[in-house]
Amino acid sequence: MQQIEKHSLTDKLQDTSSGTRPGPASGVSRGTLGAFLTHIRRIRRVVSERTIVCLIYICGVSAVIFVFGIFFFVFREGAPFLEHGFKAKEFFLSPDWYPTSATNKRYGILAQLVGTGSVTLVAMLVAVPFSLGTGIFIAEFCGKKTREIMKILVELLAAIPSVVWGFIGLMVMNPLIIKLTGAPIGLNVLNAGIIVGLMSVPIIVTIAEDAIRAVPDTYIEAAEALGATRWQLVRKVILPAAKSGLLAAVLLGVGRAVGETMAVLMCTGHSINIPFDAKVPFFHVLESVRTLTATIAAEMGEAPRLEANADGTYPTEALHYQALFVIGIVLFAITFVINITADMIVKGIRRKK
Amino acid sequence: MRISLSKEIMKAEGKDQMLSSVVPASKEKSGNLDLLRGAKEKSMVKPMKEAKPIEECACPVVEARNFSFYYGSKMGIKDITMKIQPCAVTAIIGPSGCGKSTFLRSINRINDLIPNIRVEGEMFVNNQDIYVKQINLVNLRQQVGMVFQKPNPFPKSIFDNVAYGSKLQGIRKRGDLQEIVEESLKAAALWDEVKDDLRKSALSLSGGQQQRLCIARALATKPSVLLMDEPCSALDPISTGKIEDLIDNLKKDYTIVIVTHNMQQAARVSDQTAFFCLGELIEYDSTTTIFERPNKKQTEDYVTGRFG
Repeated sequence: MQQIEKHSLTDKLQDTSSGTRPGPASGVSRGTLGAFLTHIRRIRRVVSERTIVCLIYICGVSAVIFVFGIFFFVFREGAPFLEHGFKAKEFFLSPDWYPTSATNKRYGILAQLVGTGSVTLVAMLVAVPFSLGTGIFIAEFCGKKTREIMKILVELLAAIPSVVWGFIGLMVMNPLIIKLTGAPIGLNVLNAGIIVGLMSVPIIVTIAEDAIRAVPDTYIEAAEALGATRWQLVRKVILPAAKSGLLAAVLLGVGRAVGETMAVLMCTGHSINIPFDAKVPFFHVLESVRTLTATIAAEMGEAPRLEANADGTYPTEALHYQALFVIGIVLFAITFVINITADMIVKGIRRKK
Repeated sequence: MRISLSKEIMKAEGKDQMLSSVVPASKEKSGNLDLLRGAKEKSMVKPMKEAKPIEECACPVVEARNFSFYYGSKMGIKDITMKIQPCAVTAIIGPSGCGKSTFLRSINRINDLIPNIRVEGEMFVNNQDIYVKQINLVNLRQQVGMVFQKPNPFPKSIFDNVAYGSKLQGIRKRGDLQEIVEESLKAAALWDEVKDDLRKSALSLSGGQQQRLCIARALATKPSVLLMDEPCSALDPISTGKIEDLIDNLKKDYTIVIVTHNMQQAARVSDQTAFFCLGELIEYDSTTTIFERPNKKQTEDYVTGRFG
């Protein structure tokens, strides 16, 4: 009741302020017309309010719908393979990937899993120290002008198309690696790792910088007032306080590295190979590999999408196409696990506080 | 409760506590210690609240000479000349935006965090001009501790908070740190409340306790000057009373400069009061003079509540 009165009061106030002739003569005619206008205005306000709330709701829900939609379609395409040709042990633990063999088709993605893993690992070894350093420098150590220039340059790094990165790997890094290491071919884990690492630098830098700058000024003031030097301030106050944000930055970088396709396709050498041998204790960065993403990108065009037979079974040629979609599901699952892990770590940090 | 008591009673009480409480013993401070000690003895002989002219004290711990401060082209404070007495409480009062905090924050150069600032004139701390190029900011800030408006403990344990400054100075030994922490917490009148639980997060303390923790943290580096920027503005009256008692206790070992919006607080805790307005120092005298018979009309209007 009170609220309605308040509304009409504000309406009246608006009326007098917006009216062109506030003289006493217009007051009589305003009686009915004014009431009508007030009414219209109130309806309009309610309607526009509802529309906007509705629009915001749709925007919010759409993200969820898209995720589920993508998952649904990928899953639908891959489902027949899961039903007919899929043996989990062979799929995940065998490095034999012969989807087009005439006599003995085999679908094992172990080599691609290892390839993705090793490229991501090398990429992170390159990117994390590099980008956290850059983030700290931009956020804390440099002047305002340098910061603006650095930010623009880092963002420019993000604007380079991935095929151009692949080109750099192919034409610049390849001969360089051959020359420096004496490896027979420069298209290998090291090459792709460096390229993908550089590609994920801008993401990590941007988010790390935001996280560092989000550390409350009160902490910084307190530490400065206690006589902390710049580096002590960074190491003892800022980095611990920005920990969760920095972790999120690194994990997004990992996501980027796992999902990168074109540059990896051009730089890894694209050969089904597990880069381990007895001589090297860890893994051999100078061997060519193939990643999950590159497999999909390279083979999707050649794999025919065939309809099911009348009895519901699929011709064996159709399994290739479907297997590629199952690889998509695996990629989906990997990124999902990474995100959930990040989320849980961040929440754990928060709870401890 | 405390607020309603008269000033004299509070003073007497303060002195009792001063005698009974445990305060850090005289600290090994190099440099101007002798000067300081001389001044301390002098001020101990005289009753605290006697209205004496400011110029009498020969050896100020902090001294500003024609000091001006600019934020870019905007002026913060203009041409301040004042000497701050050692081992006494100096209050800075004035309306919002008059440069109180700017002045306070110039004393340990914490304003350096703001880009595009400019300084004219000189500021001396322990007879050293602190705005010369060679000055070591880390040393300066160990000499000049600071307590902020809002309690700002680090999200660490109580122990780590107090030991923070000492760790920065390179003190690593567990025993030494423990001693410093205990001493500082006792000096900040917080020891009895937290001694059983030093591992607890500092953020689990109440606002008043957090602020006393911040005072303990500032004391742990053994400064000679303690700056307080409206230390009670975020606290309730009971916590405020505790902090005020604490200030009263601390002043025999530390030179305290406190910015406050609360004129009763300035009257209760301080020995000298400076009145700032629009970036200028209007009047600076003993607290009794400022509050009972100020020389300037502007000061009188402000302290009697007619403006500001």
